[in-house]
Amino acid sequence: MRTIKSTEITEALKNLAIEKCYKIGDDILRGFDWALKNEKSETGREIIEQLKENAKIASQGIFPYCQDTGMAVLFVEVGQDLKIEGNLEEALQEGVRRAYVDGYLRKSVYKDPLRRVNTNDNTPAIIHYSIVEGDKLKIVFGAKGGGSENMSKLAMLKPSDGIEGVKKFVIDTVSTGGANACPPLVIGVGIGGNFEKCALLAKKAALRSFEVRNEDPFYAQLEEELKEKINNLGIGPNGLGGTVTVFGVNIEVFPCHLVALPVAVNINCHAARHGEIVL
Amino acid sequence: MAQYKLIAPLKEEDVIKLRIGDKVLLSGIIYTARDAAHKRIVELLDKGEKIPFDLQGSVIYYVGPTPARPGAVIGSAGPTTATRMDAYAPRLMKEGMKGMIAKGKRDDSVKEGMKQFKVVYFGATGGAGALISKCIKKSDVVCFEDLGPEAIRRLEVEDFPLIVVGDVYGGDLHIEGRKQWQKAG
Ligand code: SF4
Repeated sequence: MRTIKSTEITEALKNLAIEKCYKIGDDILRGFDWALKNEKSETGREIIEQLKENAKIASQGIFPYCQDTGMAVLFVEVGQDLKIEGNLEEALQEGVRRAYVDGYLRKSVYKDPLRRVNTNDNTPAIIHYSIVEGDKLKIVFGAKGGGSENMSKLAMLKPSDGIEGVKKFVIDTVSTGGANACPPLVIGVGIGGNFEKCALLAKKAALRSFEVRNEDPFYAQLEEELKEKINNLGIGPNGLGGTVTVFGVNIEVFPCHLVALPVAVNINCHAARHGEIVL
Repeated sequence: MAQYKLIAPLKEEDVIKLRIGDKVLLSGIIYTARDAAHKRIVELLDKGEKIPFDLQGSVIYYVGPTPARPGAVIGSAGPTTATRMDAYAPRLMKEGMKGMIAKGKRDDSVKEGMKQFKVVYFGATGGAGALISKCIKKSDVVCFEDLGPEAIRRLEVEDFPLIVVGDVYGGDLHIEGRKQWQKAG
C-alpha cells in the first residue's frame, strides 16, 4: 500500500493556494485576449487592459491578484488504496492556514455566521471528499470570492419548466446579480441531483476552466447558447456596459427524482482562482 | 466622455462637472471604510460625537486590503461591492462626503442623496487589487484598529484610475451602459 505523510499534503496545498492567489490561470489570461477582440465598448476594453496589467503585477508575488482571496474550497479525491500517515482533515486545514498566514492573503472567514468574529487564519476551508479507485490523492483548490458568491442562486424548478425554465433561471440570475460580481465571469451551473447535490455541481462547474466543455454534446451546446445569450445582456466588463459579460458557462449534471428539476447557479468572477495537485 | 485629474478632498465645483462615463485620475487623500466601519461612524454621528477624521469634501473608498508584505505600503486593495454600504451612505453625504469609490450597483436612496448633496460615485475596477495598490503611496490606520482589514485608513493616492458610475444628475452607468450594449432577444 502506498503511503503519504500528512506533512507532505500540507506543504503541497499551501504552495498551490499561494500560487493561485497571486498568479491567475492561463485560461483567464487567454480569456482577456479573447475579450479584447470581442468587446465592443471602449471603456470595456480599457477595463480588460487593466485586468491584464493587474495579472502581470500580481504574478510578481507582492500583491495578490484580488484583495478578496476568498474562502478556500477543496474537492479531495482519496484513492482507496492510499494510506495517509496522520490526520487528513487537519493536514488540509493546516495547508490552507499556512497559505493565508505565510502568503499574506486576506483572512475573510468568520467563526460564526451571526456573531461574526474572524478566525484570523481563513480556516476552516470547505472540504468535499470522495473515495475513488487507485492510490493517489487529488486536491482541487478554489479561492472563492465573496462578492460573486453572494450573487449565486438555487431554484427547485418544476419538471414542466423544462430546458426553457433552466435557461431563464440562469440568465435571470446573471442579469440581476452579474454586474456586482466583477465581470467577465465564469458561470457554474448545476442541474439535477437534489437540493444539496445541485449546489455542489454548480460549485464544481464554477471551479472548472471555462475552456473545457461538458462531455455530452447536448450540454456543451447549452453551455454555448447560454454564453451567447448572457453576453447579449449588455452588462459588460465591471458591469459598466459591453459585449463581454462571461468568459464561459460550465454545466454539470446529475440524475434526479422524477418530480424534481433543481438548478443552481454559482457565479465566479474573473478572479476564478482554481488549481489542482495529484500526490 | 471627458478625462479629468482631480485632487481629494473634493470641492463642489469638482463634482458637478462630472458625468457618467468620464474617466478620472484621482490623487490626494482618501479614506477607507467598509460595513463595520460605516456602522460605527453612523453610530458616533447619531450620538452627536465627533468622528476621528474630517468628512468635509472626503472621498471614501470601500476596500478591505490584504496584509501588506514587509516593505510594501499596503497589500492588494481593490474595491468591494457597494450595496452593503447603501444603508449608511446618505448619512455620510449629509456630513459633507463628496465621493465614494467602490464597485457594483447602488440603490435609489443613495442615488437620491447624490443628487441632493452633490456627491459622485466612482467605480474602480473590481478585482484589480494589485494594479490599484500601485497607486497607493501611503497608508495609515486612522481609527477602529480592532476591525483588522476593516479599520479606517487614510490613503495617499496618485492617479488612481476611476470611472464616474453615478453623477450628481442621477445618471447611472450600470443602467445606461447596459442599455447601450444590450441586444434584443
Ligand atoms: S467578486 Fe471576485 S474579482 Fe470581485 S472582488 Fe470578489 S473575489 Fe475579487
